[in-house]
Amino acid sequence: MSAPLLDLDGLTVTFPTARGPVDVVKGISFTLGRERLGIVGESGSGKSMTGRAILRLIRQPGKVSARRMSFDGIDLLSQGERQMRSLRGARMSMVMQDPKFSLNPVMTIGEQIAEALVTHKRLPRRDLKARVLAMLEAVRIHDPARVAGLYPHEVSGGMGQRVMIAMMLIPEPDLLIADEPTSALDVSVQAQVLDIIDDLVTGKGMGLILISHDLNMVARYCDRILVMNSGEIVEECRASDLHSAQHPYTRGLLAAMPRMDEDRDELPVLDRSTWTTGSGT
Amino acid sequence: MDDGIRHMSIAIHLENLTISYGTTAVVHDVSFDVAAGESFALVGESGSGKSTILRAISGLAPEWTGTIEVEGKPRAHAPDRSFAETCQMVFQDPYGSLHPRKTVDTCLAEPLAIHGIGGRDNRVKDMLAAVGLDQRFRFRFPHQLSGGQRQRVAIARALMLEPRVLLLDEPTSALDVSVQAEILNLLKKLRRDQGLTYLTVTHNLPVVSFLCDRLAVMRHGRIVEIADVADLKTGRLAAPYSRELFAASGGTLQPA
Repeated sequence: MSAPLLDLDGLTVTFPTARGPVDVVKGISFTLGRERLGIVGESGSGKSMTGRAILRLIRQPGKVSARRMSFDGIDLLSQGERQMRSLRGARMSMVMQDPKFSLNPVMTIGEQIAEALVTHKRLPRRDLKARVLAMLEAVRIHDPARVAGLYPHEVSGGMGQRVMIAMMLIPEPDLLIADEPTSALDVSVQAQVLDIIDDLVTGKGMGLILISHDLNMVARYCDRILVMNSGEIVEECRASDLHSAQHPYTRGLLAAMPRMDEDRDELPVLDRSTWTTGSGT
Repeated sequence: MDDGIRHMSIAIHLENLTISYGTTAVVHDVSFDVAAGESFALVGESGSGKSTILRAISGLAPEWTGTIEVEGKPRAHAPDRSFAETCQMVFQDPYGSLHPRKTVDTCLAEPLAIHGIGGRDNRVKDMLAAVGLDQRFRFRFPHQLSGGQRQRVAIARALMLEPRVLLLDEPTSALDVSVQAEILNLLKKLRRDQGLTYLTVTHNLPVVSFLCDRLAVMRHGRIVEIADVADLKTGRLAAPYSRELFAASGGTLQPA
């Protein structure tokens, strides 16, 4: 683990609004080796924008700027769109939140996964098919030959998300960004999907950025955690030390979660007195 | 007479309830009672039929057989105006359940107008205060509100006719944890203040632990277990599937 895989310094994402430009990510810096990094925060904290900015997926009129943004020695900010396209998918890829909206409804699952691979690499058709089936098997889909011929609407949410993971991992990228990969799934399926990501990422020595609002889940599957609030990193800690987090925002989030053996009569809430009348809740 | 007393204390009575969409039965032979003032939870994975039960009670899934009684009165299959005064539903997604072109005020006053209830101005003001929303939100549109604020409006709308029974379909699953805590506190406070009966659908077991007294675990359209919330807190659920569900959500690291 010599040079970091990803090195961000002063990453800022700006959107223009009627009241002037708004920074949704405010100059954050972090480095990532071949490890599992979790980014947690509430809606609007800028965590997803951070993930998208790394892949340069922020569309106009949004603007990304940084003092340094390099991936494996490549300066991402100076890459053209064509060069970015050869990086995306091949070297770094992203698993989106909801398989229902991220898979192409008119292509079979096998074709879609194959497409992810042939975009970056020429392969004889027979090898291609074998790779696709092997990948489906790696994400624990039984009977991969049958599933490869199905359309996205014919599979369940959990299976769809595993297909997404298969598609993102088949070109063997160095960095995987998973943006809320399980929040559209049932609790019982969530653990399976995360275990698969975990196995594949650690097995291949990839870097993982897991973006989520679920502190417990991130603490379970990551080595290191960044807590974001309104575009800034408010706390960075090792996953095992999350319960002893210092920042009031992190502590507030931890306390606000109901527990399995809940005995508190009222849950502590973050101070939002700017808009509630404040009585009772 | 005896029968009348029994019905007084039971808010929701379901017996051999089978619900179908078209020719497919999705809920099979479900029976349970929820006592007045009780908070009862239905838990299970997607497709287990838990939301369908709420939809049948509220009249949104009319193809059912069996018995549905709310506050002692049997529910008919056809839409029923008087039923709306005893039982209301709060939906999962506050982004989808509020009319985008109606202000908060219109949305809250509409049930009163339909049922010919007067004093709307004061009722809307009081209800906004009860759900912890400032009066300045009264004439805003849903897109000007955050998710938590919208869910407060949705709860306020359900409470406008002063129903005794509230059906809650995943009331916090679209919200952030800190907002979820606010809404859960609000629901708990409203139930305490107004003596409401809750039937809540959720897949989040810690939420059940906070908000509910009893829970029914569902799978494939059937109830596999009805347990007291104390059994959930101590992890003493009996059915194998309940234990599996408990492990999947309880095996997580819990903050000290």
